[in-house]
Amino acid sequence: MPDALPLLAGVGAEAGTLAALGGVMLGLALLGRLAGRVGLSPIPLYIGGGLVVGWLADPSIPEDVIGTGELVGIVLLLFMLGLEYTGQDLVGSLRTGVRPGLVDLVLNATPGFALGLLLGWDLAACVALAGATYISSSGIIAKLLDDLGRLGNRETPAVIGVLVIEDLVMAFYLPVLGVLVAGSALAAAAGSLVLAVGVAVLALLVAVRFGRRLSRVADHGSDEVLLLTVLGIVLLVAGIAERVGVSAAVGAFLVGIALSGPVAHRAGALIAPLRDLFAAAFFVLFALSIDLGSIPAVLIPAAILAVATAATKYGTGWYAARHAGVARRGRMRAGLALIARGEFSIVIAGIAVAGGATGELGPLVAAYVLMLALAGPILARAVR
Amino acid sequence: MAAISETPLPGIGVRLEFTSRGGQPIGVVVRRDGDRDLLVYSREDPDACKLTLHLEPEDVAALIDALGGSAVVARQQESLRQSLEGIDLEWVQIPDGGAAAGHTIAESALRRSTGASIVSVIRGQEVITSPGSDFTIEAGDTVVLVGSPAALAQGRAALADA
Repeated sequence: MPDALPLLAGVGAEAGTLAALGGVMLGLALLGRLAGRVGLSPIPLYIGGGLVVGWLADPSIPEDVIGTGELVGIVLLLFMLGLEYTGQDLVGSLRTGVRPGLVDLVLNATPGFALGLLLGWDLAACVALAGATYISSSGIIAKLLDDLGRLGNRETPAVIGVLVIEDLVMAFYLPVLGVLVAGSALAAAAGSLVLAVGVAVLALLVAVRFGRRLSRVADHGSDEVLLLTVLGIVLLVAGIAERVGVSAAVGAFLVGIALSGPVAHRAGALIAPLRDLFAAAFFVLFALSIDLGSIPAVLIPAAILAVATAATKYGTGWYAARHAGVARRGRMRAGLALIARGEFSIVIAGIAVAGGATGELGPLVAAYVLMLALAGPILARAVR
Repeated sequence: MAAISETPLPGIGVRLEFTSRGGQPIGVVVRRDGDRDLLVYSREDPDACKLTLHLEPEDVAALIDALGGSAVVARQQESLRQSLEGIDLEWVQIPDGGAAAGHTIAESALRRSTGASIVSVIRGQEVITSPGSDFTIEAGDTVVLVGSPAALAQGRAALADA
């Protein structure tokens, strides 16, 4: 087919890109295996790997590839995070979880916000750091509870209750963060804030009142059609959200919350492999965007923050478990289980950095998450 | 039978729990994907499990069989449930002297008046699937209804009415 030849003419450069991509993926697979072997979350290894690769090779990945890969990764990641709990879960947790939720918010957002102020950051960056220290990693913790055979434990509903409330808080926090990092004038921002909160309320309302009906409309017997439908909705809403100034990730998260029922489970199973691929890419690309040389300067503040917020999370879990009538040992288990921070903190930093937040935020959150994503599962094993 | 209490585990499934006659708390986590975990609580630390046994659907069927339940019925229910997402099933026992007892399904006009349909009748050990409209319901039968939750509530009220 001589006609096809001109198409292949430019393939030389792409061949190199493909090989590099393959190499990176194999590297990630290796790290994932390593993480599985020692019972750790792969997230810190992906980030560590990305940092080291960025330092060693200074890979010349085109700007737009990084941008698109990171965007798709963050959108799918947040969609799946939103999918994790149904509208009923969110509303149901309000009945028992408000007090532990408030304790959680006050104890864990404050240290991040305070450190941001101490470092002289602007409001948006302080709020971003507060969010990063507040939110536990539901991914790491859910896996941890399962691996340690604690699903049946009586403190577990209290632990999950805290995670669900955090998810609910994110529905409001993320749109607000999106507006804040956009950094428009206060008067304009006020309008966007009202819009952002309104959209979050709408998504929750849809989830609770129309979740089933919406799911039925989206449902289809064929996996292929369902995948395309759901992905289409997610990307469309994400795009619209980005256009109106609330970041794309936020739109995807709210779609995840609004979808529920059997369709949500099936769509989740279908998109999970895609999410895994792009989320891994997101963590690596986030790390690649950070200069390893900027890490030593933030190591001490990150370590102080990690120790302080590990302690406050421990207090949160202790309180939540006590609130649920669990005895001393169970309270200790709950407190230690909640310490891990992970994907959500990175996503928050990613949104803030993409919006032009202070250059120190990225490295600080990366170092912070590296510490607590590694330490969390280890500490959780300390008390049986 | 011991009362089974239910605790939702958002993102995972639901935990069912009861205390055996010997005083041992036992639980089951029913996961969203259909897997189960059998839980045996520790006596020293009542908040923790001394045994958590992960079971896949096939293991569950085998265990039910071994415990003396009818695995076939359980599996039938499972497949029925899955094929009928969004529609619920309801089991109703016809009381002695119930309004529907002694009448055919057509005479009871259940579907027209309540929206619930009779898909199966369990009489003693026998299961009659998709009974015809000339099938006569008797007191003591267990009728399996299918329909929307509202229709089922009405259907139950009509059939359980003595």
